[in-house]
Amino acid sequence: MTPLVSLRGLTRRFGGLTAVNGLSFDIVEGEVVGLLGPNGSGKTTALNMISGALKPSAGEISLRGEAIGGLSPHRVARKGVARTFQLVRILPSLTVIDNVVAALAFRSAPLWGDAARAEAEALLARVGLAGRGHEAAVQLTYIDQKRVELARALATKPSLLLLDEWLAGLNPTELRTGIDLIGSLRDGGMTILLVEHVMDAVRALCGRCIVMNAGTRIADGETGAVLKDPEVIRAYLGTDHA
Amino acid sequence: MKTIIGFAVAAIAFGLLALAPFYLDAYGIGLLIGMTGYVTLASAWGLFSGRTGYVSLATVAFFGIGAYAVAALNETLPYPVILLVAAGIGLVVALIVGLATLRLAGVYFVIFTFGLAELIRQLVTWFETTVTGTLGRYIFLPLGPEHIYWQLLALCAVTLLITWWVDRSRLGMALRVIADDEVVASHIGIDIARTKIALFVISAVLITLVGAIQAPRWTYVEPAIVFNPTVSFLTLIMALLGGAARLWGPALGAIPLFILFEWLSANFPNHYSILLGLLFIVIVFLLPRGVVGLLERLRAPSAPLDQAAGTSAPAQGKAASQEVRG
Ligand SMILES: Nc1ncnc2c1ncn2[C@@H]1O[C@H](COP(=O)(O)OP(=O)(O)OP(=O)(O)O)[C@@H](O)[C@H]1O
Ligand SMILES: [Mg+2]
Repeated sequence: MTPLVSLRGLTRRFGGLTAVNGLSFDIVEGEVVGLLGPNGSGKTTALNMISGALKPSAGEISLRGEAIGGLSPHRVARKGVARTFQLVRILPSLTVIDNVVAALAFRSAPLWGDAARAEAEALLARVGLAGRGHEAAVQLTYIDQKRVELARALATKPSLLLLDEWLAGLNPTELRTGIDLIGSLRDGGMTILLVEHVMDAVRALCGRCIVMNAGTRIADGETGAVLKDPEVIRAYLGTDHA
Repeated sequence: MKTIIGFAVAAIAFGLLALAPFYLDAYGIGLLIGMTGYVTLASAWGLFSGRTGYVSLATVAFFGIGAYAVAALNETLPYPVILLVAAGIGLVVALIVGLATLRLAGVYFVIFTFGLAELIRQLVTWFETTVTGTLGRYIFLPLGPEHIYWQLLALCAVTLLITWWVDRSRLGMALRVIADDEVVASHIGIDIARTKIALFVISAVLITLVGAIQAPRWTYVEPAIVFNPTVSFLTLIMALLGGAARLWGPALGAIPLFILFEWLSANFPNHYSILLGLLFIVIVFLLPRGVVGLLERLRAPSAPLDQAAGTSAPAQGKAASQEVRG
């Protein structure tokens, strides 16, 4: 069975700094994989290369066997890769529903007009924003903006969803809700690569974890085992999360 | 319902305007031609620059291409074919310019477009003097001023219709998303380059046609006349005054300013340029979002800021320069 996405020797340099160094792994359809690592270990850079935001300095990315490394983000998006951003990015001048309609309008099987509005309402309901479509997106609370961002990502009908610390900055109640929401996506069969520092979320959601340190992969395996790995613990020592 | 009423009102207004030549003398028709020309130029300019934030000074490049194409071809081809050829040339030049300027943002784009207009003027001048050996050309077309006026009026209506359609289409949505955040735009599947080029080309072809249709007004045409950079500046200031990102904004700016400019050039021919410059500064200072923006702000003071008008554009430049990592 070909993996849904596969990275081979993925590398990205910024001047003299190698942010991601020879990263390789596969994700099969339906997997929810955690991508962990201390600050600055290259997680976001890896996500940026997969989504097309950054061109790899070396290495290959393939989606269902098709090379997508170095394609521009709109091409990658239309092939079925969606993402959220570490710092939430909503479209500030649009309403909540238009934030989602915008994504429906440009996916590979686009929706527009009434069909798009109906689908957008359904997606908003799915992330817990039922009936709030008319509100101005900028005026939403932080977690609701994150919900909009997730609904927007789902609107592209992704086969791979990249979440960059989507749960960061939520209070304990919101965190519970957030974990349940991602859990429901997982139960619906969505393939997710989840960059996360919140270990409770990783344990609850990810069957498998990949850990990076200084741009390289230092562990890859079943979540419980990986989190006990002495090298992983060492990498995390001195950072403020457990 | 609102849309139907809007269409009905616009149709009646254009119908009445079309009757104007039957009641006006030659001078009056001349004024209407100039005004309709500038309403169309400003609207076409706003269609691209008002919606993308890319301030273009290439207006006269395309206007001049249209006018000069008519001058160069008026003795060899039937008039409708000349218009088509002119539009075709405008389209090709716009495509090339669009592809070449993709990576230019902000002031670099402004300078490029200004340079483009000058470059094309110099090229045409060089070609005429060294290859064809002429300094100017005569246009002999059996078109009365009222015919020119009706054509312009039709082009104006088409420009407004296209703008109306763009704002409701996926293309318009793409533009709003791009103006908000180019990173998000590209990550939801929007081809930013293609969107901008598509709009630039539509706008440029409309501008080219204004030049082509107005050309027979001059019986004698030379590059310095049809590639006069003042046309670019007037268009820009009119669109900004009215609100470049709105359907009726550029028209609202163009009508009073055209009348004012006519009056100024008739009464203060020697100080015309200075007054123009002053006016430019005042408008940009007092109404950065245009008259329509001002009206909207007065009506709904707490509404979220909508898309920026031409000048305050770099909303999108700012988002684009932010790192994706956030
Ligand atoms: N656009 C860029 N230009 C230069 N250096 C960059 C750029 N993006 C990332 N880096 C550097 O690359 C390294 C990896 O950064 P990255 O954002 O991928 O880390 P991360 O694992 O996502 O960290 P965090 O947990 O803090 O989000 C860091 O040293 C960072 O400063
Ligand atoms: Mg990061």
